[in-house]
Amino acid sequence: MGPFQRLGRSALGVLERLGRGHLFLLRTLLAMGTLVRRPGLLLREIYSVGVLSLLIIAVSGLFVGMVLGYQGYITLVDFGAAEALGTVVALSLVRELGPVVTALLFAGRAGSALTAEIGLMKATEQLSSMEMMAVDPYKRVIAPRFLAGVISLPLLAAIFSAVGVAGGYFIGVGVLGVDAGAYWSQMQASVDFHEDVMNGVIKSMVFGVVAAWIAVFEGYDATPTSEGVSRATTRTVVHTALAILALDFILTGLMFGDI
Amino acid sequence: MTTRRIEITVGIFVALGLAALFMLAVQVSNLGEYRGGDGYEVHAYFNNIGGLKVRAPVTMAGVRVGRVSAITYDAERFQARVSFTISARYDQLPTDTQASIYTAGLLGEQYIALEPGGEDEVLRDGDVILFTQSALVLEELIGRVLVNLTGN
Amino acid sequence: MPRCWEWLDRTRTAREHSRCLTTRPPFKPRTRTIDASPDKTPWIEIRDLHFARGDRKIFDGLNITIPQGQVTAIMGPSGTGKTTLLRLIGGQLRPDHGQVLVEGRDVHRLSRRELYRLRRRMGMLFQSGALLTDLNVFDNVAFPIRENTRLPEPLVRNLVLMKLEAVGLRGAVSLMPSELSGGMARRVALARAIALDPLLMMYDEPFTGLDPITMGVIVSLIRRLNDALGMTSIVVSHDVAEAGSIADWVYLISEGRVVDAGPPEQLRREASDWSRQFLEGLPDGPVPFHYPAPDYLDDLMGGDTR
Ligand SMILES: Nc1ncnc2c1ncn2[C@@H]1O[C@H](COP(=O)(O)OP(=O)(O)OP(=O)(O)O)[C@@H](O)[C@H]1O
Ligand SMILES: [Mg+2]
Repeated sequence: MGPFQRLGRSALGVLERLGRGHLFLLRTLLAMGTLVRRPGLLLREIYSVGVLSLLIIAVSGLFVGMVLGYQGYITLVDFGAAEALGTVVALSLVRELGPVVTALLFAGRAGSALTAEIGLMKATEQLSSMEMMAVDPYKRVIAPRFLAGVISLPLLAAIFSAVGVAGGYFIGVGVLGVDAGAYWSQMQASVDFHEDVMNGVIKSMVFGVVAAWIAVFEGYDATPTSEGVSRATTRTVVHTALAILALDFILTGLMFGDI
Repeated sequence: MTTRRIEITVGIFVALGLAALFMLAVQVSNLGEYRGGDGYEVHAYFNNIGGLKVRAPVTMAGVRVGRVSAITYDAERFQARVSFTISARYDQLPTDTQASIYTAGLLGEQYIALEPGGEDEVLRDGDVILFTQSALVLEELIGRVLVNLTGN
Repeated sequence: MPRCWEWLDRTRTAREHSRCLTTRPPFKPRTRTIDASPDKTPWIEIRDLHFARGDRKIFDGLNITIPQGQVTAIMGPSGTGKTTLLRLIGGQLRPDHGQVLVEGRDVHRLSRRELYRLRRRMGMLFQSGALLTDLNVFDNVAFPIRENTRLPEPLVRNLVLMKLEAVGLRGAVSLMPSELSGGMARRVALARAIALDPLLMMYDEPFTGLDPITMGVIVSLIRRLNDALGMTSIVVSHDVAEAGSIADWVYLISEGRVVDAGPPEQLRREASDWSRQFLEGLPDGPVPFHYPAPDYLDDLMGGDTR
């Protein structure tokens, strides 16, 4: 097989998978109606996707905020602008680090678990047996997990940013002696609700859709063997990370590019 | 894990998330200061605005009273037209108030400082501030100093 | 007299369902008639079925008729596609060519909704059991009932316990699937498959991994379910003795075609060489024991064939 044929084949393979992924998303969205009638299914998944990710998100947010406090201070103090620390910490978190780092952690913590769970259900014929019991796996298994991811990620990102701002406060004000009033007032003066906070929230919503989509699709599309499931799990983490970073670049360009 | 416990923990999780969003809105961003609408807008023309940006603070005696809402170029007057929103609480500004563009610190952000005049009339929505002082541009300043030095 | 599934399907009200439970037709011992099968109304008809996995042909013009109210056994060597056939009947796989008619309607032409409605009246026992691993035994058996009907919880409980009693596992309600032995898991899966009293039951290898006593119970259970509830049953099995003892009609398939068909006694009496070898378990004969492969010696000596 020549290099061009190989390239062509892999390109076609990628296109085919993309197509399947979109059809899958469409069917998942169509299956969403069940969740209105049975919110219990959704709650259970929000628990395992969102609540169980809470700790790692909060702890990471705290550390990232504290690091930003240190680094921001070291840079700003040379310009005599240590009061702007609040601005630096808050803007970095709200615009970028909150949505992006949360989505990356989410892929590692919840996305991989979703893929492995669905992949194993497929490998052990549980999805098949559901179909034969006249239960649509899209309604019973896929849609609740997808929606749980979409709902959880923005909430987790908000928690990450809020905890991070507190962590920056702890280091900046508590340890390095920046004035507390200046920390908050400078922050409030330069962080705009619509421009910064809402754009960050929109970012994390988009990331939520993408991360949850990749996770459930990889699980459903996995080769039903232990090796297939382990590969699918790896792919979930890698593809989600790449997709999040690329999308972040595009969204940042769209949102903040014209200022 | 009973359904009840799941419901409760999910409820707490969602509440935490919303509380975090609320904190970002009120404590971190400027939403707490200006809830849309309850302020009035005035305009001022400057020969040079330096590095002034939209959303820069507008202060009065050092206290924040508003923010810059728009900056455009007026092609007829060859000047920059700066609009700023002032919080409705501060509605007693005389019409001959002066607006100046200053820099916070040597390299800091630029902002607009208002100095009240003596008129009895007060500024209303849509009014234009007549007395303005443009930004000091560092390069110009240095250039002038150099000219003075060499001139002597 | 209306049957349980009809009530479940149409009305799904508690009162009618409980009435249905009590007005079930009494168990009447069957008298076996050898020549019954072909004349009965066909419930499932498989016409000229072709199906391939990649380059490998699994079915190559298969024709099978499954009459209503009878137990039909489908036997054949491992890997001939028996499980695949059940999946084709259940609409999970699409044939390349040919039709699968259930009640005269082509399964693969049904809309998704109609297919699911049909599946509500089908039960399938998977070869692996395929229990839902995050639910305990009780919830597993209750799963199809809860998902497909709106029966009140006490009634669901009664139904589940009845089904578990039938497979002898009422005591295991609170165990998780990981705590069950292989045979127990398959019995739970059986209880789950019959939970909604389906019209058509498909058993994929129901006898593997069972001890002799349980095997006897399950064999008679399959027969009794079929007769008492007026089900139609398809039993896929290797187990010549057991399948022969309950089936009204046996299809032997190999290499994508039906090689022999008839009542078990008749097959045993006047079968072809092929069938005799399979039924009597002789190692030598026309049935290949091996998956298609290059010549053994060639493969051993010259490793360069791959
Ligand atoms: N997912 C699959 N992809 C490719 N080939 C498959 C797949 N599943 C089954 N096959 C092939 O199809 C053939 C029939 O498989 P099937 O599971 O139907 O056999 P079977 O008759 O049920 O065998 P057994 O009695 O051992 O259960 C096998 O030869 C197998 O190699
Ligand atoms: Mg099989």
